[in-house]
Amino acid sequence: MDGFGIRIEGLRKRYGEGDTAVDALKEVNMTVAPGEVVGLIGPSGSGKTTLLKCLGAVIEPTAGRMTLGDEVIYDGGWKISDLKALRRDRIGFVFQAPYLIPFLDVTDNIALLPMLAGRPNGAARARAQELLEALDVGHRARAEPSQLSGGEQQRVAIARALANQPPVILADEPTAPLDSERALAVIRILNRMARQYDTAVIVVTHDEKIIPTFKRIYHIRDGTTHEEAGEGREV
Amino acid sequence: MISLAGRDILHSWGKFVFTGVGLGLLIGATLTMAGVYRGMVDDARVLLDNSGADIWVVQKDTLGPYAEPSSLRDDAYRALLGMPGVARAANVTYLNMQVQRGGGNGGDVRVMVVGFEPGEPGEPPYLVAGRQITRSHYEAVADVRTGFALGERIRIRRHDYTVVGLTRRMVSSGGDPMVFIPLKDAQEAQFLKDNDAIVNERARTAANPALNRPGVPGLLEAIQASQTISRSVNAVLVQVRQGQDAEAVAEPIRRWKHLQAYTRAQMEEILVAKLIATSAKQISMFLVILAVVSAAIVAFIIYTMTLGKIREIAVLKLIGTRSRTIAGMILQQALGLGAIGFVVGKISSALWAPFFPKYVLLEPGDALRSFVAVMIICAIASTLAIRAALRVDPATAIGG
Repeated sequence: MDGFGIRIEGLRKRYGEGDTAVDALKEVNMTVAPGEVVGLIGPSGSGKTTLLKCLGAVIEPTAGRMTLGDEVIYDGGWKISDLKALRRDRIGFVFQAPYLIPFLDVTDNIALLPMLAGRPNGAARARAQELLEALDVGHRARAEPSQLSGGEQQRVAIARALANQPPVILADEPTAPLDSERALAVIRILNRMARQYDTAVIVVTHDEKIIPTFKRIYHIRDGTTHEEAGEGREV
Repeated sequence: MISLAGRDILHSWGKFVFTGVGLGLLIGATLTMAGVYRGMVDDARVLLDNSGADIWVVQKDTLGPYAEPSSLRDDAYRALLGMPGVARAANVTYLNMQVQRGGGNGGDVRVMVVGFEPGEPGEPPYLVAGRQITRSHYEAVADVRTGFALGERIRIRRHDYTVVGLTRRMVSSGGDPMVFIPLKDAQEAQFLKDNDAIVNERARTAANPALNRPGVPGLLEAIQASQTISRSVNAVLVQVRQGQDAEAVAEPIRRWKHLQAYTRAQMEEILVAKLIATSAKQISMFLVILAVVSAAIVAFIIYTMTLGKIREIAVLKLIGTRSRTIAGMILQQALGLGAIGFVVGKISSALWAPFFPKYVLLEPGDALRSFVAVMIICAIASTLAIRAALRVDPATAIGG
């Protein structure tokens, strides 16, 4: 493994204080290389969502260290002042449901992120078109989200996550609403995009259909991660 | 950068347009209320302009002739003509009454009957049809708002009059259109008793030995005639000589003639500040209520629309959209709604204003002020929705 997309060391998250304090994350250690897709699995209440929120700079961890690419973004405190810019430019999000903006067409749903980052409209739309072509939905560029199938919507959501070429993508149960075939298609796309754009991808899931596709899996139990090798089945 | 507000409006344009139309009708009602007030003020000014007077001379200690009853002897004008600076003076009477159409066989119309002397101040300054009164009796010039036609016969008290001319913008401060008739006819109409009352009065006079003395021929007839002939008018309209200051002419009238004399500015003050002051307050209250209702509607609509987009807003915040971009989107939508509403309101008020019984004056300045007010109200109304949007936790976009 050459370098890493994201590295998490000794991450902790405690909710509340004193007697009512709850340690949602006790000891999280993860490393995901650029171009790699890893699975993060665990039972309900194990801390998956809390970890995702910490990685997504939505909530602040209590302790630990996070490094994105070669930059430390958290070390007992945020090392970056503009967390919105961090989320916009350096972290891609794929949600359980696509959550596309219904009043923007497919192209602009993707182009919005580069535009928010200050890129010219033309360049942002060109980037969106490039991603749509790469995800085989280029012909739906002018369609509205409501006109797309569930699979197409999820591909557009992946394209949006890649729009600003972030070093890491956080995917929160991206295959939950899909049938086996489409779920495997999404994982295939995530693998392809990770390799193509050198992006580290963390897929939070308990979808049994896709777990065998990961080469590496992080189990999280009681707020603590355990790494294990996956089957790495080809999809 | 994409206009998120514009795209959202285009995406759900039907909802926006219909909401805007509803709001617009409310704004139209607001503009119309303002127009009604402006119309009242303008009617008052036009009434003063068209009377052709520089000074209104009325009964002492009254605000007549428009705001209070006023009664003057009809020869008072002769004394006024002798005052320094007075060029012309003429008697006028004003009487609000129901006038019957078609010589008493049609419906009736509420009007202000104005008695004037043809060619003197008080005469309608211009006609839109027909001619001025040329005969001494039983001809009338009517404001077009009466609905009377040229040649139509109308009944005032017990006499029929022929409408020989039509004028416009001649209405009383109460909004009743004016009908102009010769002064003598108007005096009779104003003070005429019914026949039974006259017969009764004559009998009482004849039964009074002091008034019906034997050996004094003609005394009783003279007394009875004086009882039925009116020698009173409501006001004398005075025009001052060229270059004369109206106040300088009015002051000696007040001092030496024991009459009240109002200049144009004072009469305007009476009509606008006193006579329609209560109406103006009433309309102001309506305007305030309509503004508050409009604000509440915009706030409710924008708030509801924002709540319907909570998930999208959470996603936008999660992917790094700045708060000002989201606030700007909501603010622009509120302003867009206000703009649609204003356009609809302006058009609708212009369309329905002519159908109002009283003059509705829609001034461009009022429209501009209303537009600014609508925009401010919409901006304020959007703060509730902006507050709700900014409180959305981006973490809600992530499941769990």
